[in-house]
Amino acid sequence: MREIILIAIAAIFVENFVLSKFLGICPFLGVSKKTSTAVGMGGAIIFVITLSSAITWFIYEYMLKPNDLTYLRTIAFILVIAALVQLVETVMKKFMPPLYRALGIYLPLITTNCAVLGAALLIIEREYTFLKAVVFGFASAVGFTLALVLFSGVRERIETNDIPPAFRGLPITLIAAALVSVAFFGFQGLFGI
Amino acid sequence: MARSDKKALSVLTSGFMKENPVLKLVLGTCPTLAVTTMARNGIGMGIAATFVLLGSNIVISLIRKIVPDKVRIPVFITVIAGFTTIADMLLHAFLPDVYKELGIYIPLIVVNCIIFARAEMFASKNGVGMSILDALGMGAGFTIALLLMGSVREILGAGTWMGIPVTKNLVDPAVIMILPPGGFLAFGFIVAAIQKLSVLKVRNKEIAGGCDMNCAGCAAAVDGGDKQ
Repeated sequence: MREIILIAIAAIFVENFVLSKFLGICPFLGVSKKTSTAVGMGGAIIFVITLSSAITWFIYEYMLKPNDLTYLRTIAFILVIAALVQLVETVMKKFMPPLYRALGIYLPLITTNCAVLGAALLIIEREYTFLKAVVFGFASAVGFTLALVLFSGVRERIETNDIPPAFRGLPITLIAAALVSVAFFGFQGLFGI
Repeated sequence: MARSDKKALSVLTSGFMKENPVLKLVLGTCPTLAVTTMARNGIGMGIAATFVLLGSNIVISLIRKIVPDKVRIPVFITVIAGFTTIADMLLHAFLPDVYKELGIYIPLIVVNCIIFARAEMFASKNGVGMSILDALGMGAGFTIALLLMGSVREILGAGTWMGIPVTKNLVDPAVIMILPPGGFLAFGFIVAAIQKLSVLKVRNKEIAGGCDMNCAGCAAAVDGGDKQ
């Protein structure tokens, strides 16, 4: 149990996907302009990563590994993720229209998000058990959302500031991200992880 | 003839600086930030991505007339994933050190927006020859950007360049530059320098919007392809 809690805390703070592993930078920079869109994107990411971590774990352990096809993992995972995102979108549209309206537009963006594939690859690299894999996937996505939402607050402030012309737009966003990243770096060494 | 040569040359060179995929179009930011703690890693990643880009551009431009429009996205992704797997295995076999350093970022080439964007925007509309030139140009641009990032971070953060001591014995290196925050910092300052030097200052706004536009573009393409 202790181990699982540690995995969760480490995934959220210490090895934060965006700020220390650089996975999913595009949506991080793209949809963090407003807090409301950041929350929407975060919700969609949590949903998809948790689900895809579980499914890719089964595919790897019960299909690729016994048949000695582990080298096919990249192809298998990306196709599964693309299909999964599509399926989630269709199911959500049919059975959970309010949730679909809230998250719908962010779902297609997720296929091209390296955080989803990154989570699946990290799980097999670390040889997690099923429970650990799901916890890791969920916690990583929560960490992603946390970074996204916190950063959107920072960006809303930047919008109103007077910034030197050369730094307007992307550069100042990246420098702000560096500062948020420094803050998260402080979690390193937490619990001796 | 001279005219087509000129066009070929511009296809090849536009990726270097004018349309540099990382510095100007802001594509493929994840590997740019993640693997550039050392100049050598930057080159390794750049070459691996160029290989995948070249392979996928050639195959996609060859099959562009056979593949129905509706299923093109899954087909492209499969082709790219195939070449990524080849690159992964080749690196594992011949350059185990680089393989170890780059880690999961090698299989992650498959979701690198640069490769998908070139497949969708260039290779699926042009012949094999042009697609090869485009892949080489864009791959070189990506490698240049990674090398630049890697050099800045390695010199400032470790005081070495390609493992050779540069300022190591003169000043204490700023270790933060090879840590994750340094990636954002170096990238931010490099893009700022380019915006400053760029004659197209008016386009600042467009550059800022580049990432979400491109991501959204990629995603919209994926979405559209799957839905039809």
